[in-house]
Order: sequence, then structure tokens, then C-alpha cells
Amino acid sequence: MSRVVVDVVLKPEISDPQGQAVLGALGRLGHDSVRSVRQGKHFVLEVDGTPDEAELKQIAETLLANPVIEDVELHLPKD
Amino acid sequence: MRIGVITFPGSLDDVDAARAVRLAGGEPVALWHADHDLKDVDAVVLPGGFSYGDYLRAGAIAARSPLMQDVVTAAHGGMPVLGICNGFQVLCEAGLLPGALTRNSHLHFRNRDQLLRVERADTAWTSDYADGQEILIPVKNGEGRYVAADAGLDRLEGEGRVVFRYVGGNPNGSSRDIAGVTSENGRVVGLMPHPEHAVEDLTGPSTDGLGFFTSVLKAVVAA
Repeated sequence: MSRVVVDVVLKPEISDPQGQAVLGALGRLGHDSVRSVRQGKHFVLEVDGTPDEAELKQIAETLLANPVIEDVELHLPKD
Repeated sequence: MRIGVITFPGSLDDVDAARAVRLAGGEPVALWHADHDLKDVDAVVLPGGFSYGDYLRAGAIAARSPLMQDVVTAAHGGMPVLGICNGFQVLCEAGLLPGALTRNSHLHFRNRDQLLRVERADTAWTSDYADGQEILIPVKNGEGRYVAADAGLDRLEGEGRVVFRYVGGNPNGSSRDIAGVTSENGRVVGLMPHPEHAVEDLTGPSTDGLGFFTSVLKAVVAA
């Protein structure tokens, strides 16, 4: 069994009102050093055997993320 | 004229959509997302609601259901398809319409009667309206902000594929006030507001929504 992590965030040109709301809350709490917040999704997949990178890339890009508005990062286990 | 209405787990407005079809003079046909069976319908409506609880992204899981594979094939063959609210989100996720719907810019669920301007009165679902006509129908969504890359929006506008724009205030921060768009051939239409909730004086702010369901009957005859 291997553990594969997929991170999904909105593309930079798509505004992220949830991230902005978090940033606003941080400002009210006195954390003035935080300049920007982008909220995303973090998926942890447990996969039988050695992960097939091509298949996982397909899973990430066609279901876990919507490529119209989101960027995706695939993290395969290191040998 | 058989107009299918798909029910996904979490659909809410399928019964209202079927009622609108009937009031317009069509025969509503209930379709189930998990069947590979379009039951010989002439057109399909994807209703509003919260399929799969909006998990992953609104409409994302419903877009990969068995019946949607048949809807995509039929749409490419010219069958009229209408996506309302969650149905619009499903059509974007299925790749039948461009762009995406995301969280409202103000983060609030917005529910009100909304004026729209009809920008295209020559699609399968809008032929009973006039270009530039303003219609009043309810809008209710939390993830209705239409977005796409600027180049994509320019291309859509250039190709005349914006079918509806919000008038008198944009309820969700949609790019360029876009409320609905269509496919290249004008047969697939998606919009966030709800025409099926504006088909009777007793329950709606107007009967302006009925034209969607009368238009498609003519589109099917003409095809």
C-alpha cells in the first residue's frame, strides 16, 4: 500500500472569497504579517502496490480537480 | 413530446421541472442517474438541488454518473439539454458547457426574484423570447459565480454564447454578469436562475419561465 497526496488550489486568476475571508479574520486577530491566503483541498489516497503515475495524474486532473479553475499538484511517495 | 427530467441523489427541483414541462404541453419523463436509459426522450432537463451534497465540487460527482455519459453522447448528436442551477453546474463539469460555477463572491446564499436579459433568442430553449427581452425568475444559490479565464470569456462573447445576463444587480459576482451560456450549436443551455419556479401566478413572481419549456417543444419538432 502506498500513500499518494493530491493538493488542489484555485488558479491564481480565479478569485478566492473563502481565502479572503480567512485573511480578514487573521487581520482582526492581529496577524498583520500574513499577506494572502488561498484555500484549497488536500486528498490522501491509499493505493495498492506501486502507484501508477499516469493513472494518478489522470485521477487528479479529471476528477479531483477541475482544470478550468483549479491547479493540481501530485505528490508520489519517495523511494 | 417526451422531455426527460433527471433525478440525482440530492436533486430538489425535479418535480417542479416536470410540472413546468407538463404546463407547457410536454410529457415529463422521470430519468434516474444510475440507469443507462434515456427512455427515448426528445430533450432532457437537469434540475436544481444539491447532488451528492455538493461534495468535491458542485455537480462534479453527478457529472460522472452513468446516465450523464448517455446525455453527453445525445447532446453531441443535437438533443436539447437544459441545466438549471445544480444542473448547470453538472453540465459545466461534464464538459458540455464552458466555464465553471464557484462560491458566490460575498459567500452568502442568495435567494431572490431576479431580472435577466435574454441575449440569445435563437437557442433550443429560448426561441419563445425576444432578443433583449427582460424576464423575472427566482435565483437561489451559494455557488453560482460564473467564472472562466478572460480569454475564454472573450471567446464566448465573440461567439455570442452568453444567453442570459443579470440585470438590476448581480446576485453572486458572476463574471460579466453572465447568468447562462449555450453550446456552439445552441442546443445545450445552462443557467443559474430557476425558470421552473416561474410558471404559475400562484407560486412564482411571474410566468416568464414557461417560455423555456414551450421553446423546446418547437425545437424538437423542427429537428
